[in-house]
Amino acid sequence: MIRILTAFCFLIAAVPALAQTRLTVTEGTIQPIPVALPAFVAETPNAEGLAQEIRDVVAADLTGSGLFREIPREAHISGISAFEAPIQFQDWRIVNATALVTASVSLSEDNQMVVKFRLFDVAAQQALGKGLQFVAPQGAWRRIAHKVADSIYSRLTGEGPYFDTRVVFISEEGPKDARRKRLAIMDYDGANVRYLTGADAIVIAPRFSPNAKEVIYTSYETGFPRVFVMNVDTGQKREVTELPNMTFAPRFAPDGRSIVLSQTKGVNTDLYKVTIATGEVTQLTNSAAIETAPSFSPDGTQIVFESDRGGGQQLYLTPADGGEATRISFGDGRYGTPVWSPRGDKIAFTKILGGEFYIGVMDVDGSNERLLTRSFLDEGPTWSPNGRVIMFFRETAGVNGAPNLYTVDVTGLNLRKVPTPFFASDPAWSGVIE
Amino acid sequence: MKFLPIAAAGIALVLAGCDAIPGGSGQSGGAGDPNNPDSVAYFQQTVGDRVLFEVDQSVLTDVAKATLDQQAAWLLARPAVSVLIEGHADEQGTREYNLALGARRAAAVQSYLVSKGVIDARVRTITYGKERPLEICSNEACWAKNRRSVTVIEGGFGS
Repeated sequence: MIRILTAFCFLIAAVPALAQTRLTVTEGTIQPIPVALPAFVAETPNAEGLAQEIRDVVAADLTGSGLFREIPREAHISGISAFEAPIQFQDWRIVNATALVTASVSLSEDNQMVVKFRLFDVAAQQALGKGLQFVAPQGAWRRIAHKVADSIYSRLTGEGPYFDTRVVFISEEGPKDARRKRLAIMDYDGANVRYLTGADAIVIAPRFSPNAKEVIYTSYETGFPRVFVMNVDTGQKREVTELPNMTFAPRFAPDGRSIVLSQTKGVNTDLYKVTIATGEVTQLTNSAAIETAPSFSPDGTQIVFESDRGGGQQLYLTPADGGEATRISFGDGRYGTPVWSPRGDKIAFTKILGGEFYIGVMDVDGSNERLLTRSFLDEGPTWSPNGRVIMFFRETAGVNGAPNLYTVDVTGLNLRKVPTPFFASDPAWSGVIE
Repeated sequence: MKFLPIAAAGIALVLAGCDAIPGGSGQSGGAGDPNNPDSVAYFQQTVGDRVLFEVDQSVLTDVAKATLDQQAAWLLARPAVSVLIEGHADEQGTREYNLALGARRAAAVQSYLVSKGVIDARVRTITYGKERPLEICSNEACWAKNRRSVTVIEGGFGS
């Protein structure tokens, strides 16, 4: 165990050095931890297909993180014939596996599934943590696979989990000048897409409530941009404020009791806080400029937002109850869409410079800016709950230009497209599902 | 002011058509006889229903003011007509910022029309940000046309 943690810590320490070089970080490489994931044991004959599917999702989660490499099945010397059988560590050491995952799956006649797994340190020839058992209906097999992968990931990296999560986003179809947009929700890896609205009104920039049971977003269904909250399970929705003008850019406070949003008044756009229970409204900013795209600190005491009060779009911090705002972005170009890391230590943003868009991260005081991606249009970062991965959308240029979702490690490595049935934009990542 | 019932019916149809498009982008097609000064088509083509903006700006250019002067004169001659000013942005900004920018452009137009004597209750505004581009190429030729406000006739003919 110590050996693995040590190896990983070395990798993490090495990464910032690579990342110092702007936009060349993707040329760097990380040495992923080699993991063996032999076939999961089907303990009932009807579980064979399920065992394979679960194994494949666990493998995809781990390798997709960029921190793990799977030892190819063809290289394996032995398999796992029974979940309780003794491990032949020598066979796994020869194929250079650092970690070994064994698991079993059984399925009862009433479609209850039992998944057990163990994680081993091959060199130390011992288990890493306790074996775990999940019991769930068969329909939840992907979630269980993500839970298994989360457990492996956390034990081997020492970081929080992020695979059993969802993403709410905007699904887009049709030509660029008549795009049809639908609010949609899916697993973080693009599976289980479900549409929450029809395409009859423009919808924009959804965010989860802290417990991920509700989604807050902007819709044109009244004819004008207004903020709505929808229950993800029932589909029931309601407007959240009686503010008279156009409202957009809503975000839940971390305690779920209030929301912050933008309201336009003439040429001016300001931030307002709405207490959900009472409807009470507090104006948070009061400049003649545009103030929008707010994001709470994880402890709820501060808000980072964008404003052009200084002449161009830049990032500012303000106490969550209003007050003096402090500018934190000072580099070249314009800065927007700030999003506070769940870890509290970083702010991700979109930067516009020289006709190109970048996703970047900076410390909360604006220092240590690092740019992770660059393209014609990269926009709208959102953090995995462990603060390790950023999802965003990348829109291509031209008459057939269209957006898709991507993830990138906070180091700037491991850029990956997230598969979606149609074009997709405005992603927002949930916390780990309870 | 005289309006033939048939013209009023035509306008109602046009408006219904616009409503069916999610997030309309101004009137198009079937807007009546462009030679009739009381038609939507005349307002669009002869008066001029749109003005353009510089990058990240809501300042009205001299050309924009000239168009809006004509809009104001047309509206002052037809006190029953109300309008919706759509504010739009090009794709070179972030989505929520562009919503605010579109709102600012629409409000700049609204405020100019009101300064010319149009009663503010007749002029509503909406922003579409970068959601409804008119032109879809990704260079300045298209972006310049997308950074626009469009004055949409909402109703009031013959009423």
